Parts: sequence; C-alpha cells; structure tokens
Amino acid sequence: MTQLVIELNALVLGLFIISTIAMTVTRQIGACMLIFVVQSLLLAASAFLLGASPFSWHLFALGCVTLISKAMIIPWLLRVLTPKGNYYRRELSQAIDIPTTLLIALGLTFAGYAFAQHLVRAAPNLSPANISMGFAALLVGLLVLAVRTEAVPQLLGILAMENAAFLAGIAIAPDFPLIAELAIAFDVPLLAFIVALLTRIAYRQVGTTEVGALAALREGP
Amino acid sequence: MIQSIALNIAQLAFVLLLSPLFAGVLTRCKEIVQSKRGPSVLQPYRDLRKLFAKNERIPEDSSWLFRAAPYVIFIVPLIVTLLIPVLTNFPLFFAFAGDMLGAGFIFAISGMFFTLAAIDGGNPYGAMGASRTRMVGFLAEPVIIIVLFTVSFVASSTIPYIVQQHWVHPLANFFAPSHVLLLIAFFMVILAETGRLPVDNPTGHFELAMIDESKALEFSGRSAALIKWGGYMKFAVLSIVFLNVLTTPWGLASSASPADVAIAVALVALKILILIAIIVAVESSYAKLRLFRISEFLAAAFVVSVTAMITEILHL
Repeated sequence: MTQLVIELNALVLGLFIISTIAMTVTRQIGACMLIFVVQSLLLAASAFLLGASPFSWHLFALGCVTLISKAMIIPWLLRVLTPKGNYYRRELSQAIDIPTTLLIALGLTFAGYAFAQHLVRAAPNLSPANISMGFAALLVGLLVLAVRTEAVPQLLGILAMENAAFLAGIAIAPDFPLIAELAIAFDVPLLAFIVALLTRIAYRQVGTTEVGALAALREGP
Repeated sequence: MIQSIALNIAQLAFVLLLSPLFAGVLTRCKEIVQSKRGPSVLQPYRDLRKLFAKNERIPEDSSWLFRAAPYVIFIVPLIVTLLIPVLTNFPLFFAFAGDMLGAGFIFAISGMFFTLAAIDGGNPYGAMGASRTRMVGFLAEPVIIIVLFTVSFVASSTIPYIVQQHWVHPLANFFAPSHVLLLIAFFMVILAETGRLPVDNPTGHFELAMIDESKALEFSGRSAALIKWGGYMKFAVLSIVFLNVLTTPWGLASSASPADVAIAVALVALKILILIAIIVAVESSYAKLRLFRISEFLAAAFVVSVTAMITEILHL
C-alpha cells in the first residue's frame, strides 16, 4: 500500500513540474488559468497521497482547502471580476521570448534540484522528491512572475510559487499548525480578489492590463 | 526458427495492413468531432488501390533519386518494424541487430531520400516543403536523442525489447516522474515528426502552408501510393514504439502460440486506437502554429526531455 502511494505521488510530482513549466510558455490567460487549476489539483493529490499513510489529518485538511480555495474559488473570482470579451483568449506578450524563457526554466529546475539536495539531507521528511520538485517549481514560478507583463498571469505566477512552496512544505512538516491552512483558505482568495478588482479598474481606465503600460501617468477616459 | 520467422511476418503484416486503417480512423474521428460525417475508415485503402491503378508521370529533368525515393520511403518503416516489439515481448530474429538509435538512423534515410526527391522533382513547393521538414526535423532531433539517452540511463540499454521490460519490473519505474516527462516529450516529437496538428495540418490543401505534404505533390500513380502508405506506416511504427516500448508494455504475446499472438494483435490495435483518440483531442483543440512558433513547441519538448534526464540522474 505504502509503496503504491509513493509511486503515485512520484507520478503526480512529474506532472506538477510539467504544469509549472507549461505556465511559463502559454500565450493565453485562459490557458494559464487552466494550468493553474491543474497544478492546484496536483498539489491536493500529493497532499492526499502523503496524508494517506501514515494517516495525517493536517494533510487531508490542506488538500481539501487547496481543492476548494485554489481549484474552485480563485479561478471563479478571476473569471467573474476580470474584464470580459476576448481578454482570456488574446495573445499575451512576454518580456523574454519563449525559447529563452524555456531554457531559463530548465536552468532554474536544475538549480532547484541542486538546492533541495541540501535540504533533503538536513531535514527529516516524508518524501525527498516533493522537496526537490517543490523547490524547482518555486523557482520556475518566480520566472513566470518575471517574464509575464500582465497583471493576471503575474498573479497566477505568485500563486504557482505558493503551490510549489506547499508541495515542498508538506513533505517537511506534515503536521502544519491549523493556522497555516486557514491562512491559505482566506488570505489567498482575498489576494486574488484584490488583484482582480484592480485589474478590472485598470482595464476600464487604461484599456490594458500590461504592467509596463501602467507605469506612465494618464488621464481618465 | 520457423516460428520466429512466422512471428516476424505477422509483425510486418500487422504494420503493413492495419496502418491505413489507423489513418482512416483518425480522419473519421476528427470529422466526427467537427460534427461532420467524414469518409469511411476504409478510405485510405481505396485511395491506395486507386493510386496503384493509375499511370505514373515523372518530371523530365528528374534523376534516379525521384524514382527510387518512394520505394525507400515504403520499405524503411518495415525495416524498423523488424527491430521493435510489435506483437511479442520476447526478442525476435533482428531484435539485437539495431537499437532505438539505429531505428532513428534508418528513419533518417527515408527522410533524406524524401527531401532530395522533393527537390529533384523541380516543383518549387517541393523544395520549400523539404527545407521546412528539415527545420522541424533538426529541432526534433535533440529531443529524440535526449529521450533515448534517458531511456538508456533507466534501462541500461537502448534495445527496445529490454527497455520495455524495465518500465514494469519493478513497477516503480513506471510511475517515476522522469517516465511521465519522457512520455510527454516523446509524444510531442511524434506529433511533429508525423506532421500532426500543432505543427502541420495534415488535411491542409494550401501549398504555401504545407510542411510535410508539399514534398509529395510531384509524385503520382504508384509512387504517390507508396509514399502515402509509407507515411501511414511511419505513424503506426512511431505509435508502436511509443506505446509498446515507452508507455504501456502490456498486452503483448509472451509465447509464440497463435492464440496469444491473436490476442496481442487485438490489444495492440486497441492501444493504438486509444492513442488516436488522444491525438484527435489534441488536434481538435489546437490551431496550427505559425512556422516560426514551431521552434517554441519543440523547445518545450526539449526542456521537458532534459528535465526528465536531470530527474532521472538525481534519482528523484
């Protein structure tokens, strides 16, 4: 039973790192959000699997909270609050072109694995692979934040980093204090809510949500 | 001895006879997804029969290359079929004659002949298609090489029959993160190499946008039939490598008894049909990439494959 759990968890981790890399290269906000949902589902799956044996209430709670807040509430909030029309399907611009971004993502994955090796040796943990993959995904999430020039994908980058941090965290500290679970349950949707509102207002006033374009002052319409 | 030869012939027959059917099913399913009826699944067979019966015309200025290429393109997938586990999970006659890298090189022969013949035909679209195929080909090359190297890390071998066993013994290998990364990278390469949708539109009839098909424009009659059939078989062979060697090494015959082989034929065909369903889903949900975006698609495949390799080396 335990062996099967470890194997399934490894599969989930492989898909997790793929989804994070995919987030750096998708050109549409809609696809980016879909990938974020998939990533959150994978995080929840990993939490459930690690929580199954030895049984841990905390990990199950974390999985449920992730499932509800990140895979349902946040995408719904963003859908409802951000501008309508072809906002989700139009092509995004990026600060760096995609092949270069991919190569940087590769380097960051490698760096993440390398950093995590020390942590794996230092801390007692449930699953070393979780820490390595979590670290790599954390750095790739940072890359999403850096190369995206629009507000919503940047927010998704932050949330992806958070997912990755939790992926590593659940292996080191399977018994989170409940406060951490509550924090993601309330904090993160609030963050998404505020950014989405801001995006909506900025879009109405300026006609774009490109962060670079918002640097210059401009009168209202 | 005789048994082994019979099994080899069964493998060849499987690829030779069923590959047009798979192409037909793929086309039909895509049409159904688009709410159309689509041609019968047997249409590729009818196309082939029609083309074999027609007269062949050869450009006046072309050389022997133009006449030889269709035969090379037709025969190469059959040679590769001998090297890979199509129906059995125990090695046959030629199992150790060439590894997966060797199979790649053999495919490169047909690619080279096709390219040269397309230019030889004198049609400007042929040369254009040839240069584009080369572009896709050389971008896909590093991915294939890295996938094969990673496979050889895992299995300590590149012989397909040995690799196949390593994914399931022990089963943990099958679930390894590097395995799923490898599969995604290889799947993307299959899409690129066989001219499927995000890279090339197989149903497109606009010469300027063609990648793979414009090379075959100048061929007619029997040559055209052989090239078409070779294309179907290339798709079938790559799918079989993907399914039987890399993804799901189950459902193959473990003995040479006719009953086992018959079950294997059904199961392998079923696996290919499932793969076709996935390809239909991919093709129906993506638009064709602009030519210079293909490098991004294959760069993504490359990054995935290198991630797989690093993951494997670090034993994650």
